[in-house]
Amino acid sequence: MDHRGPAETGAPSPEDGAPVGAPDLGDLLRRAGRGDEQAFARLYDLVAARAYGLAVRVVRDRAQAEEVTQEAFLEIWRTASRYDPDRGSALSWMLTITHRRAVDRVRSAEAATRRDLTYQHQNQSVDHDATAEAVQASLDAHRVRSAMAALTEVQREAVSLAYLGGYTHTEVATMLDLPVGTAKTRIRDGLIRLRDAMGVGS
Amino acid sequence: MTTPQEFHAMTGAYAVDALDDTERAAFEEHLTECPDCRAEVASLREAAALLAETTAIEPPAALRDRVLADITSVRPLPPEVPAPVVPLAERRRRRPRLLLAAAAAVVLVGAGAVVWQQPWDDSSTTQLTGAAAVLAASDARSTSLDFPSGASATVTHSDSLGEAVIVTKKMPAPPAGKVYQLWLDQPGVGMVSAGVMPVEEDQTVLLTGDAATATGAGITVEPEGGSDAPTSKPIALFDFGRSKA
Repeated sequence: MDHRGPAETGAPSPEDGAPVGAPDLGDLLRRAGRGDEQAFARLYDLVAARAYGLAVRVVRDRAQAEEVTQEAFLEIWRTASRYDPDRGSALSWMLTITHRRAVDRVRSAEAATRRDLTYQHQNQSVDHDATAEAVQASLDAHRVRSAMAALTEVQREAVSLAYLGGYTHTEVATMLDLPVGTAKTRIRDGLIRLRDAMGVGS
Repeated sequence: MTTPQEFHAMTGAYAVDALDDTERAAFEEHLTECPDCRAEVASLREAAALLAETTAIEPPAALRDRVLADITSVRPLPPEVPAPVVPLAERRRRRPRLLLAAAAAVVLVGAGAVVWQQPWDDSSTTQLTGAAAVLAASDARSTSLDFPSGASATVTHSDSLGEAVIVTKKMPAPPAGKVYQLWLDQPGVGMVSAGVMPVEEDQTVLLTGDAATATGAGITVEPEGGSDAPTSKPIALFDFGRSKA
C-alpha cells in the first residue's frame, strides 16, 4: 500500500530506502511541502521513532501516543511549506509540533489517573527502565545522556519533567519543592547548558 | 504587567510547552517584538529536541500506513510569505464562518487577520515583488492607524513606483456577508476601488491603481464581492500627506 511504484518523477534518490548518508530533513520537508509523498514517507521513516517515542513518553498510553503521532505528522504534511529554516532545524520543528500535540492531549484530558499518581510513581528513571528495551541505541542518545548528566540535578529534573513529562513549570515547581516561578528559570538554565554542551542552536 | 526580564526567563518553559495557556499567549505576544527571545526559544528548542533521541521508540508499522494514507487526502498549505491572491470564487466558498455580525460599526475589534486580494487582478505572481519593492522604495512614505482592538493597518506608498501597499496586523474578520474594500482617493474622481480583502492571516498587499496621483487610501465595509463606489463610511482613512495646494 505505502510502497507504491515509482510513479512520481523527480525523486532521483534510490528507491531501496537505505539511508545512505543521512538525507537532509529540511530538504525532504521542503519537498513534502510541494506535495511530494515519497519525500514525506522518507521523512516519516527518519523521524517517526523520535516523534512516537516522545509522544509515548508524554502521554504514556501507546494508543493515544499513536494518535498524537498520526495527528502530528498530518500537521507536518499540511504545514510543511510554513517551515522556515532560518528559525531552526527541520527536526526541532517537527518535534515541536509533536510535543505540542502530546502536551495538549494530556492537559485537555487531565487524566485522573495521572493526576492522582504521586511524583515518585512516575519518577523518570522508573519510566525510562520500562521503555528502555525499546529505546534505540544510538550514539546521539548516549551523548545527550552524558550532556544531561552534566546538568545540576534540579536542572535535569526540571527539564525532564517539563519536556518529557509534559508538565507546566508551575507543576514542576511543586513537584520539586521549588518556589513558584523558579522552575522556569531552572528549565531555561538546564536547556541552555544542554544546548551549549551539544553545540546546537548556535 | 510582566517585565521584559520576566519574559526573558520564560524562554525555556515556552520552548518545552511548560507555560499555561495564559502565560503562553502573553509570551507569544512578547515574542513578536523581541528578536532576542525568538532566537533563544529557537536554540532551546534545538536542545529540547535532542532529548527525543533518548526516548525514541520504533512505532508500529500500521501507524506508518495510516499516516501515509492520511496525507493522500490532505492538501499541503501554500507557503506563508507571499501574499496569496485568492480568486473571488474560492473566497466565497470558504466564507461561512462565525463572525462579529453585530459589529458592523466596530468591525475592527478583536484579534483576527486578513488576507488581501484584488479580484480584478489575476496577476498574483507579481504581487510579492511589487509589495516588497514599494516597502523598500527610497521614497516610501507610510501612514499607520491603530485600532482600539489592537489591530493595525499601515499604508505605504511610493510616488516613484506609483504604487501603494497595505500591511495589516490582527485584523478581525468583517461581519458576515461583508468584506473590507480598499480605495484610493483620486483627485477629481473620488474613491476608486483598489481591491477587496478576504479573511485570513496578517497580510501585505499591493493596492490596485495609481498611488502616485492618489491623495489617500481608505477602507470601507462593503457587501460581499465589493462595490463600485463606497456604500458606507470608511473605517480607516490614510492621508498621503500631499499638500493639495
